[in-house]
This record gives sequence, C-alpha cells and structure tokens, in this order.
Amino acid sequence: MSLVLIAEQVLNGLQFGIMLFLMAAGLTLIFGVMGLINLAHGSLYMVGAFCAAAVAGATGSFLLALVAALAGAALAGAIVEMVVIRRLYERDHLDQVLATFALILIFSEGTRWIFGSFPLYLDVPSYLSGPVTLPGGIAYPVYRLALIVAGLLVALGLYLLISRTRIGIQIRAGENDREMIAALGVDIGRLYTIVFALGAALAGLAGALVGAIQSVQVGMGEPVLILAFVVIVIGGIGSIRGALIGALLVGLTNTLGGIFLPELMKLFMEPSAATSIGASLASMAIYILMAAVLILRPTGLFGARA
Amino acid sequence: MLKSLAAAASMLAILSGTAMAEPVKVGMITTLSGGGASLGVDTRDGFMLAVKQAGNEDLEVVIEDDQRKPDIAVQLADKMVQSDKVDVLTGIVWSNLAMAVVPSVTAQGKFYLSTNAAPSALAGKGCTPNYFSVSYQNDNLHEAAGAYAKDAGFKNSFILAPNYPAGKDSLAGFKRFYEGELAGEIYTKLGQTDYAAELAQIRASGADSIFFFLPGGMGISFLKQYADSGIDLPVVGPAFSFDQNILQAVGDAALGVKNTSQWNKDIDNETNKAFVESFQAEYDRLPSLYAAQGFDTANLLLSAMAKADVSDADAFRAALEEADFKSVRDKFKFGPNHHPIQDIYVREVVKEGDVYTNRIIGTALADRADAYAEECKM
Amino acid sequence: MTRESILNAVILALLVLVPAWAVLADEPFTITLATRAVILALAAVGLNIALGLGGLVSLGHAVFFGLGGYAMGILAYHVQAYEPMFEWPFLFEGSKSMPAIWLTAILVSALAALVLGLLSLRTSGVYFIMITLAFGQMFYFFSISWSAYGGEDGLSIYVRNGFPGLNTLDPIQFYGLCLAILVIALVLASRLRLSRFGLALNAARQSPKRAEAVGLQPFRLRLTAFVLSGAITGLAGALFADLNRFVSPAMFSWQMSGEIMILVILGGVGRLYGPVAGAIVYVLLEHVLGGLSEFWHIYLGLLLLAVVLFVRGGIVGALSGRRAAHG
Repeated sequence: MSLVLIAEQVLNGLQFGIMLFLMAAGLTLIFGVMGLINLAHGSLYMVGAFCAAAVAGATGSFLLALVAALAGAALAGAIVEMVVIRRLYERDHLDQVLATFALILIFSEGTRWIFGSFPLYLDVPSYLSGPVTLPGGIAYPVYRLALIVAGLLVALGLYLLISRTRIGIQIRAGENDREMIAALGVDIGRLYTIVFALGAALAGLAGALVGAIQSVQVGMGEPVLILAFVVIVIGGIGSIRGALIGALLVGLTNTLGGIFLPELMKLFMEPSAATSIGASLASMAIYILMAAVLILRPTGLFGARA
Repeated sequence: MLKSLAAAASMLAILSGTAMAEPVKVGMITTLSGGGASLGVDTRDGFMLAVKQAGNEDLEVVIEDDQRKPDIAVQLADKMVQSDKVDVLTGIVWSNLAMAVVPSVTAQGKFYLSTNAAPSALAGKGCTPNYFSVSYQNDNLHEAAGAYAKDAGFKNSFILAPNYPAGKDSLAGFKRFYEGELAGEIYTKLGQTDYAAELAQIRASGADSIFFFLPGGMGISFLKQYADSGIDLPVVGPAFSFDQNILQAVGDAALGVKNTSQWNKDIDNETNKAFVESFQAEYDRLPSLYAAQGFDTANLLLSAMAKADVSDADAFRAALEEADFKSVRDKFKFGPNHHPIQDIYVREVVKEGDVYTNRIIGTALADRADAYAEECKM
Repeated sequence: MTRESILNAVILALLVLVPAWAVLADEPFTITLATRAVILALAAVGLNIALGLGGLVSLGHAVFFGLGGYAMGILAYHVQAYEPMFEWPFLFEGSKSMPAIWLTAILVSALAALVLGLLSLRTSGVYFIMITLAFGQMFYFFSISWSAYGGEDGLSIYVRNGFPGLNTLDPIQFYGLCLAILVIALVLASRLRLSRFGLALNAARQSPKRAEAVGLQPFRLRLTAFVLSGAITGLAGALFADLNRFVSPAMFSWQMSGEIMILVILGGVGRLYGPVAGAIVYVLLEHVLGGLSEFWHIYLGLLLLAVVLFVRGGIVGALSGRRAAHG
C-alpha cells in the first residue's frame, strides 16, 4: 500500500469526521444547554436533505437548496421545540428517550407521506464536481474538499458565536447555571428555542451537504444519529471542542479500520476469509473505541459533568 | 372483528352453494413502511394490477406490512394462516424475511410464491414442493454479470458487496462465470453510505472494471460518489441498483452503466407492452423489476386457479409447475426445484426524455437455471 | 387492596382467559398475539429490574434478548442439521429441549451482563445510555457478518423445541408455558423489591452518597441488578425465538432495545405489572393500527408522545391513580 493511498485515506477519514461533527455539534449543544437527549436529531438531518432535494429539483440551484435545508430544518426544529421538547426539559432522560423516539416515527412516516416511498435526487453542483489533483498526485473530488472547508468554517463560526456574541454568553451561562440567567432577565424559553433551532439547522445542513453524494431517503438519519452519539460520548457530552475531536477520531477509525483491518487479517488467513472477518471487526471498531474511551474516562475526553 | 365477519360470510356463501369454483385466498406480506417501502409498494401494485385485470371474483387478497422486520413477518404469516385461512402466501422482498417465513408456512401445507427473494437455502437442500420462485434464484443476476464481464473481456475486475449472506452469495455468483483476475475483493458494511475509502482503493488497484452489488440506498450513494471520483472504468452490477424505482435518484451518475436483469420494459412481447402501458395508466409511473415480478406472480397463480382447485394440493402444484401463463418475460418455465429457467439480459442505463431508464443490449445467460438445482431432492 | 393490586389482578385474569376467548370466538391467532405480548412482557420485566429498581437506563437490552435468541437458535440448529456442536472434550450435538435451552440462555446472558456491567457501570447518566447502545451495536454488526450461523439471514428452526410432558406445537400449551414463566418472573420481581437487596438498591438509586455512607456498595448492587435483569431478558429472548421458530440479528438491533424500553415506560416505570400492561397495549396497538393505514407509525408516534407528555406513570400509574411508583 503506497503512502499516497494512505494519505488519501486519511483525508477521507477527516472528511467523514467533519461531516459527523456537523451532526454532533448540534446534539452536544442541545445537551449542554438544555440537558436534553434528542434521538430525533437524525430526523432533522433527513428534513434538511429532503428540503434541499425538493428545492434543488424545483430551482436547479444548489445554493438555494442549502438555504432551504438550513431554513427547513431550523423551522422544523423550532416547531418541535415549542410543541414537544420544551415539556421535556424537567423530565428524566427516560421520558426524553421515549418522546424523541416517538418523534422519529412521526418524522419518518410523515416524510414518506409527503414525498413518497422513493429516494429523491440531489446532485453535486457542476462547479464542484469531478476530481482535482492534490500535491503528491492524489486525485481527490473537489466536492469532498469543499465539505472539509465548509465543516471547518462552521466549526469556526460556532466558536466565534459562543465566545464572542451576546447569545453565546447566554448559552455559556445557561450551561453553568440555569436559575441565574433566568434571574438576570434573559428570556430562557426563547434562548432554548434558538439553541434547538440552531442545532437543527446544523443537522439539516449536514443532511443537505451529504445528501448530494448519498441517497436522500427515509431513514437516512438514524445510522448517522448513532455515529453522532458515539462522537459526543467520546468527546464528552456538552463540549463542542470534544465533539470536533471525537468526530475526527471516529471518522479516522471508521475509514482506516475498514482498510487496514482486512489487510491485517490477510497476514493470518486466506484472503476471502480475511476480508470478511476484517470487515466484521471494522464495523465494530468505533464501538470498541468508544467503550475503551469510556472505560478510561467515564465522562469522555472533554466531559465535565455526567 | 370485521374481517372475521367477512370470513364467516364467505364461508356461508360456500356452504350454501352460491360460489361455483373454490375461491383462493392469498396473503401478501410485503414491506410497505419505512426505508424499504418502495420495493414492497411496487410488488403490491404489480400484483394487484394483474388481479384487477383478471377480474376473477374467486381470488381474494389480504395485504399486510412486514416493516422489513423478520419477527413481524412471522407473526403476519401466523395470522394469515390461522386467522385469515389463506391458501397461498407471497410478496416478501428480503431474503432474511423469506427464510423466517417460508419453511414454516410450507410445512403447514400452504403454497408460497416468491415475488423476489430466492435465497440459495431454498433452492438447494432446503427446497420444498410448495415453494415456487417466480423471480429468479438470488445468484442469477450476479452470475449473469460475471458472464457479461467474461464476454466483454474484462481481465482484472474489482468486486465489492456488503458483508452479509446475500453479499457473499453475490460475489460467489459473479466469480462462478467470470474468468479473469481480481484486482480486489471488498466486503463493505451493511448500510454504509460513504464509499470514499473503497473508491481510493479501486483507483489504486489498477483494475480494468468494477462489479458491485449494493442494493437500495447503498447503491445510490456508491454511484454518485463513483461518478464524482473521476475514475473512469466500465461498471457492471445486478439490476437492483439500476431499477426504475431508484434510477431517478441516481441521475446522470448511472448513465451508460451495464446491469443484468431477467426483465426490462422493452422486452418485445404483447404481454409486456400491455403491462407497461397499463401500469403507467394505473399508477402514473414506469414499472420496476419488482412490479413486473409481482405481475407475473399473480398471473401464474391465476393460471393455476383455472386448472385446479387449491384444496387439491397435488393438482394445484402440478398446475403451478406447468407455468401456463403469459409472462412479461419472453421465456419462462420452472426447473425441477421450482425456480425459473429463463434468459438473463444485459441492460444499459439510458435517458429517454427526462426519464432515466434501461434498454436491453444483449443476453448474458440463455436458459439459465441455477447452481443449486442438483442438491434439491423432492 | 389498593387500586393498583386490583388492576394487577385484572391484567392477570385477562391473560389467563385469552385462550378461552380465542377458542370461543374462533380467533386462534389471538393466542399467538397474546404469546408475543407475554414474552415481550417478560423481557420488559427483566429491563424493569435495572430500570425501575436500579435506575439504570439501558438502551442495550437487545444484547441479552438476542443472546437468548441465539442460544436457542444455535443449540437447535445443530440438532436440526445433524452437525455436532463440538466433539471435544465430549460429543455434544446441541439440544432441542427447552429447559436446556433456557438454562443456556440464562447463563450466557447473565455472563454477558456481568462483563458489560463491569465495563459500563463505571459511567452513569447519558453516558450509560450511550455505552449500552454502543455494546448493542457491536453485537448487532457482529451477528450480521457471522456467516456460520446465517448472518443477516438468521437461523430458521423448523419445529418448535420440546418441553417434557407438553406438546409445544399446540399454541395454547406453549402460551401456558410462557405465561407460567412470566408469573414466576413477576413473583421473583415482587419478592426482590421487598428484599433487603431490593431496598438497598432502591436506596442506592435515590441517593448513592447516602447509601454509601450507611455501608452499602452501590456498584455491586447495580451490577447484581444488571445481571439479574439481563438473565431474565435473555430467557425472554429464547422464548421469543421459539415463538417465531426463527432468530436473526434484528433481535440485537437498537430498535429492539428501544421497543423493550417503550414497553416499560408505556406501562409504568418501576411498577410491578407495568411491563405487562405495556406489552399488551403495544402488541394490540401494533396489530390494530397496522391494519388501519400504511402510515400507522405516525399514529403510534403520536400516541407514545401523548403518553409521555400527559400520562405520567404510564398506564398502570394512570389507572391506579397513585403517582409515586416507588413506595
């Protein structure tokens, strides 16, 4: 296996990790501020992808599609927060798990009811399609590079939002002491709605960006949701920085494990069995990683509270 | 309750002698909700189109949604046998659900006509007299892809499939007819949606062609990412990733790809033409492979009903074996293990107006039965 | 008698009367449906020990359910296929006997619960939910790709396993067997909550620090509860596989874990008969709504949402009118 190939695979792992970060950031933000465990986050990812596919189909513009994904997911998030989620903040995690599980059922079948059972079409815009040659002779799709850049920009934006703006101060205050910020006259209900909508918008953006190179279909959110949970648990729930590190770790483990484990197995057994067993191990690799992290650090890498 | 009243009413009708021929009750278990629903919906619509066209009042169909869960499928099968008292079951899309249902319902003396799933276990040692596959044997389309790869002169193919039994059968089926070298052989994760790592491996492997089996959303993702990767190799695969129900979601990325299928909408016979036209008229979309398989299954059943009473299982089975119906495929007959002997074509993805679809460009395997028939003792 | 104990008696009476009604109304399928409810209830009774008594929100109980299922599947498969399971140190051909299968299911899932518990009970809260979910996913992906036992296709067992003195192929006798096991598990669970162990566990759930101060060891208590809980859910898995005569990785899926948890919450967390009421209602809903509309998941979702938001304490809580589940 050449160095160039390994470099390309590392790039693939990073790109996958950065997409996971977009999902995980919203999830961890919502948990950090409101203490809510939201299983329906994957549904908002799906909503984003469907909005984008619908708008791209109608207008042909990828940028408009992204705007629609952000707006659609944020709107769906805000509505869900106001109707359902805000009744759950004072409940235990058990009620939150069940209620948001119910939301998955409603979102999935609702989407199928509106858009039908067939997958939708969403494609990479022509100005971002095709490969580009990187230093070292790696031919790499432009769109995937764009995904990495977009993800890093979002990470930077989130950092600035939280560290430099008024709403960021409120968010940080909310993470530390809820009674206090209510006492200071911050409209806490509004703050919660905004945070939830922001998390939803990030998920929707991820759905639209990824939807262009994957299948836009009902149920697309749940596998990503579970990965995002793995990410935030590894990173430490509530920590944006942890989510970024966790996402990159999971992305790299998943991608590199899928390549190297079968190769490793080939040293011990015949190729056909090796690819099969290596692939089985690779599909469990990130869960093993997560278990290992939690056994060593029960609140994740950057987690403060359980 | 209503259902049992209706059943009681029909029992009365039989007892009082108002119905002449013996009615046949069919239980259709298929996937109508969740991510895999499009396949079940097409199966159902194709089947019910044939039922409607026949206008046979002796045929009653009960349809239930298995949610793609094996335990639900088993429960529905129990309900249909015990409560609805069906004579024939059909409709299951997925092999793992079929394996959960077929052995037990056929052991209870019911007939099972498969509209799609046909795992090797039911074609070889596990074959049973009351089980018929109207679609194919699962390996067939992969075998045809291997045969096409050989005929096209591919010398160094890269092959990949998900890491589950159907995936392993697929690569084994391809290798059964393919004679060149393998540039690589990969099992991907079931449900995987990102193939960047695999594409990098393909690029680095020096392959001269690609064979893949990635059903459903996996195939859509793979093709889109393949098209965007700039790799330019001939691609071949079984029909599942190029079928009418998902082609529109793949778009340009699929254009020109060769895929193998025992059916296509341009097979030139009267039955097929009428089927494609009436399906479009009824449901306002082009039929898929699953719809065609559903349609053929219903017509097979109707042909057997015309020849024998379902209560006489031996006669009914013999009538099914004759397969005396007008198939949308040119040739159709059953082999000794109740799996089809038929031609398998190579199709190419083309664009007709705004619609992506397939056209047949040749025959990959003529009169193909399957690799397991010899193991079947019945 | 409190309203809750009257309600419990009514639920039990209903379950006992199902076969009679099924025969009278000529609805034999009702028995299959009721068997499913009883088995799922057993799985949920298991989870309720961890969840209700120990406060351990496990989103990975499908691991034990699946292990129980595969205990049945693998033992019976070897007999069915005439392939001995192992020949050394002695010849073992597998088993088609329910008691042997149950014992295996209980031991295997208890062992798994011990190992997983040792690892995951170091965490708490959301981390515990997530690590149990992750272990579930590990088993799920492993079972999918383990082709020796069918992988995703699963294992079909053509004839239901036997129980000495009973004809298990007869739906009513199999139902009776499952119901008897459920009742035994319920008796066990009610004894457990009143025992010294149960009281200590409850104390550890409500206030770990105080419990530690009086000399209890919360970690050990929780681990014991987790093992007991896993063993019962494992037994339910073996019965579930026998009901379907089939086992597949779907039993390991996270949706399965979610479903078992739904049963507990729907019925009432920490209530002795909560899981039973939850399972009956859930199976009925699935059956009735499934026949109404292709989009029935929407209605199921709305209903579950309504229960969480407005019916605190689940069905048993609402009907017995007593809010506090833990006396």
